[in-house]
Amino acid sequence: MSDLDSLYQDVILDHAKRKLNAGLREPFEAEVHHVNPTCGDEVTLRVHLDGEGPDATVADISYDALGCSISTSAASVMTDLLIGRTLSEADTVVQEFLAMMRGKGQYEPDEDVLEDAVAFQGTARLSARVKCALLSWMAYQDAVTRAQEDS
Amino acid sequence: MIQGLLPDLAVVRKDFPILERTLAGGVPLVYLDSANTSQKPQVVIDAMVDHLERHNANIARAMHQLGAESTAAFEEARDKVAAFIGAPSRDEVIFTKNASEALNLVANVLTWAEGSLRPGPGDRVVITEMEHHSNIVPWQLLTQRTGAELAWFGLTDEGHLDLSRVDELIDERTKVVAFTWVSNMLGTINPVAELTRRAHEIGAIVVVDASQAAPQLPIDLAAMPEAERPDVVVFTGHKVVGPTGIGVLWGRGDLLSQLPPFLGGGEMIETVRMERSTYAGIPHRFEAGTPPIVEAVGLGAAVEYLAAVGLEDIRRHEHAITEYALEGLASVPGLHVIGPKVAEERGGAISFELDGVHPHDIAQVLDSRGVAVRAGHHCAKPAHARFGVQSSTRMSSYLYTTPAEIDALIDALNYTRSYFKVG
Repeated sequence: MSDLDSLYQDVILDHAKRKLNAGLREPFEAEVHHVNPTCGDEVTLRVHLDGEGPDATVADISYDALGCSISTSAASVMTDLLIGRTLSEADTVVQEFLAMMRGKGQYEPDEDVLEDAVAFQGTARLSARVKCALLSWMAYQDAVTRAQEDS
Repeated sequence: MIQGLLPDLAVVRKDFPILERTLAGGVPLVYLDSANTSQKPQVVIDAMVDHLERHNANIARAMHQLGAESTAAFEEARDKVAAFIGAPSRDEVIFTKNASEALNLVANVLTWAEGSLRPGPGDRVVITEMEHHSNIVPWQLLTQRTGAELAWFGLTDEGHLDLSRVDELIDERTKVVAFTWVSNMLGTINPVAELTRRAHEIGAIVVVDASQAAPQLPIDLAAMPEAERPDVVVFTGHKVVGPTGIGVLWGRGDLLSQLPPFLGGGEMIETVRMERSTYAGIPHRFEAGTPPIVEAVGLGAAVEYLAAVGLEDIRRHEHAITEYALEGLASVPGLHVIGPKVAEERGGAISFELDGVHPHDIAQVLDSRGVAVRAGHHCAKPAHARFGVQSSTRMSSYLYTTPAEIDALIDALNYTRSYFKVG
């Protein structure tokens, strides 16, 4: 597979087109706005938690993402993976994703944990694009922290 | 055959060793990111290596032969830069770190100035919506600190300054008018003489960012009528085939002499006592500390190189390439150029959108084919916002760009469309 094809895997291009769970919805406990200052990509992201503590369920993640196919598909894949899980289950997925994205393509991700998100292994090899993939995942972490602070 | 290309284009290209290299997969480099930074000719690289190998010493303080040689080389670089822009006096040329530092220097010393030079409450500083962030943020800081009002020229749909409000914006309250000579995003060439004349009529100081102009337009400050000559002109070394780490601030001597120092330290003083100090005259007054010596030597060689090729010829070449590129880009379905569509009205940076593909994804596919462009907001977010876009792709040519490279860009853009299955 060429570098280009390993970056733009079909899974990524599909998500960039379909953008699962896109749009901003009620109810939500926290809304955050994250920007990648070098390129200007932006995401506004809301989380809605059901319950309290680590066993709370991620009832909804809604978002409005402006950016390249890598950043928008990363948001789509993330919401598809995390909605419906408990916070602690979701955190396992997030940590595995961060480890892969920071692994410069050397990290062997657990495909059972990451599912579609393993497609971003090709992005992890391109340091200039890692931040694109991480934008919405960092926004999610921030939103969860804020939601818990406020509750 | 395209009219206006540099007659010795093949020879010029040989001066730039990096243009010979290939990228991943053995593809040749097609460098179309010169508005971001230009490539360097061998003569610049050699001048810097020679200085480091044979003449290195600190300047203006070492009482030995190397010190004298290094000082002479540094001051000769000032002479060369002064000649490059036709500075009325070589002492009006101040070396800075880059154009951003030069603009911050001006904005800061105006903030610290005493008397009528300092904008205050009731006064106005005017900029434009097409500025690079480095010609916006320093003026925001100045107006926030002094209580002056910040106002700006908007843009027309064609990407020109909207001068319909010029009488409102430039009136007796206006203290400073700061604008770019050539836009780094839209490519627009602004009417420097006309705006300067208007600003001077009411006694405002005119600061011009020539970062994109100095590489491609002949500049002869001494030849400009005083009423139309800006008070301050800045540019950066690395866009005029020189090294990074050095920028230039030219300022009218009697203005600079009235302004307080920027940074305090070595070389900018006349004498220092524990209680207080007195300051050196220009240019040293604004050059505290050991300056970028080898970078100045490199910049001197760079502007001498450009002068030898000829700025008029470089301008014609850029114009021919820009015209050819505008034609080629117009042939790509779904591609929209942002900014003037006519080569006469613009410089060699062309920003565009391609329906259905984000600029980063375009740049990535282009890079896989060796074509280097810039994608993003190009440090001009307000200009992007004006045209309702978050980011764009920008190709920018220079004296070494060939029509074949523009063809490679157009091919790569068509390939990008098919890769992402748009249209």
